[in-house]
Amino acid sequence: MTDFAQLVVAKYNYWIYITLMMIGLYAIISKNNLVKKILGMNIFQTAIILFYVSIGAKKGATIPILEHGHGPAHGAGSHVVHAADYMNPLPHVLMLTAIVVGVATLGVALALALKVYRHYHTLEEDEILAQIRKK
Amino acid sequence: MKFLGLVIAFITGVFLVYAAVDFPDWADPESPASTHVSPHFIEKTMEETSVPNIVTAVLADYRTFDTMFEATVIFSAAVVCFFVLRTFLKKEEREERLYRHVLTGVTIRVKEGGRIPPSDDFERIDDSWIPHDLIIKTICRLMVPFIQIFALYVVAHGHHSPGGGFQGGVILGASVIVLAMSHDLRTTLQRMREKVVGILCAVGVLLYAGTGALCLLLGMNFLDYSALAPILGVGPVTARSHGILIVEIGVAIAVMTAMVWIYNNVSSRGNYNEGL
Amino acid sequence: MLWQLDLAILTLVVIAAVGSLMVKDLLGAAILFGAYSFMMCLLWTIMGAVDVAFTEASVGAGVSTVFFVAAVFRTTRRTKD
Repeated sequence: MTDFAQLVVAKYNYWIYITLMMIGLYAIISKNNLVKKILGMNIFQTAIILFYVSIGAKKGATIPILEHGHGPAHGAGSHVVHAADYMNPLPHVLMLTAIVVGVATLGVALALALKVYRHYHTLEEDEILAQIRKK
Repeated sequence: MKFLGLVIAFITGVFLVYAAVDFPDWADPESPASTHVSPHFIEKTMEETSVPNIVTAVLADYRTFDTMFEATVIFSAAVVCFFVLRTFLKKEEREERLYRHVLTGVTIRVKEGGRIPPSDDFERIDDSWIPHDLIIKTICRLMVPFIQIFALYVVAHGHHSPGGGFQGGVILGASVIVLAMSHDLRTTLQRMREKVVGILCAVGVLLYAGTGALCLLLGMNFLDYSALAPILGVGPVTARSHGILIVEIGVAIAVMTAMVWIYNNVSSRGNYNEGL
Repeated sequence: MLWQLDLAILTLVVIAAVGSLMVKDLLGAAILFGAYSFMMCLLWTIMGAVDVAFTEASVGAGVSTVFFVAAVFRTTRRTKD
């Protein structure tokens, strides 16, 4: 039993990331309003980015910018760099792309929501479906 | 429907928890994500590209194809916003307009065909009558040059400090949006017309792809910046550093104009008459 | 990386996310989404991802919130849901 409790406590951050992802997924599926659905999509995206960046953390390491950057000589051999001193830069790079693509997708989604409002004069999904069925 | 959504989210959560039991402990230096390619990136960046910020070097040199297609995605998202929302009804401009006398606060409605003598005392207002706020207008207009200088600093110092092309481009776009929110949309449209915004967005992406094509024409691989060494007159390591800077400037221009374009279209609902 | 600070900010993040989805006023939901983005930026600064935190602060808590407020201004503000 203590083994199970140890497991729960040691990996507590993964449970909270999964909770955030499921909040976003629930909002996309079951909210009626279109803007709330778009909000849920953005919460889901940021939770996934949080989970991915947390993989690259290292105990006792510093940020991925090399110190002694502009030393006396820029050639090889001025300072030896150990990989264990710096954080893993690869998840940061990929998630940088993901954040900016996320905001572009948000712009397109809001433009489509505006167009739907202009046509049906409401943003609630059940009222839109009722109007479509009546036509 | 809500109960079904709750059940689906719960089942997916249980699957994810079951998969997360096998994950490595948090912040473990020996985890598989940190052992294959990333030690090569950390240890060899200074000798091969002479750029201290490892994230910028990996983003614009080692993984530069991803960044080029990301700039293309931002450009196409702005173009899609334009296609979905923009309407070109000319006759809406001939309706009645509202003017306000600044000193006394009196509002005048001018019908179609009427004119007001051009002077500084009358300002044109939108359909929703926001009170004339001198403090907000003056402070925002004073802040805009400082925001833009800081954004240019962020772009240029992407090599040595956190920053780079994306962040600088978004801050530049935010400076134009601040002006549009404190004054009205017509003020920014006079300074930066719609055609200029669209053409600059394409120029940013073209700068990125053009650098790659130039490297291809000079004999090396596509987007291999050491081919620019004979043109710039420096060694191949410094040529890679300069190639990264040119590409980041292209990305900053593309992102700034994309943000401004999307804001123009969304906040004025397509006709560029009145904004937020 | 103190685990107390981490846990406190993670709790605030979950509260902001749940709050922005349950409020009946769409403008309040947009502002709570801005607060959620800013808490995410703090989390990434604690983990050492400074570039990602810079981008999220300018994109999420800046431009993204402005887009939401502009879209809510052009459609309705109340919702039953």
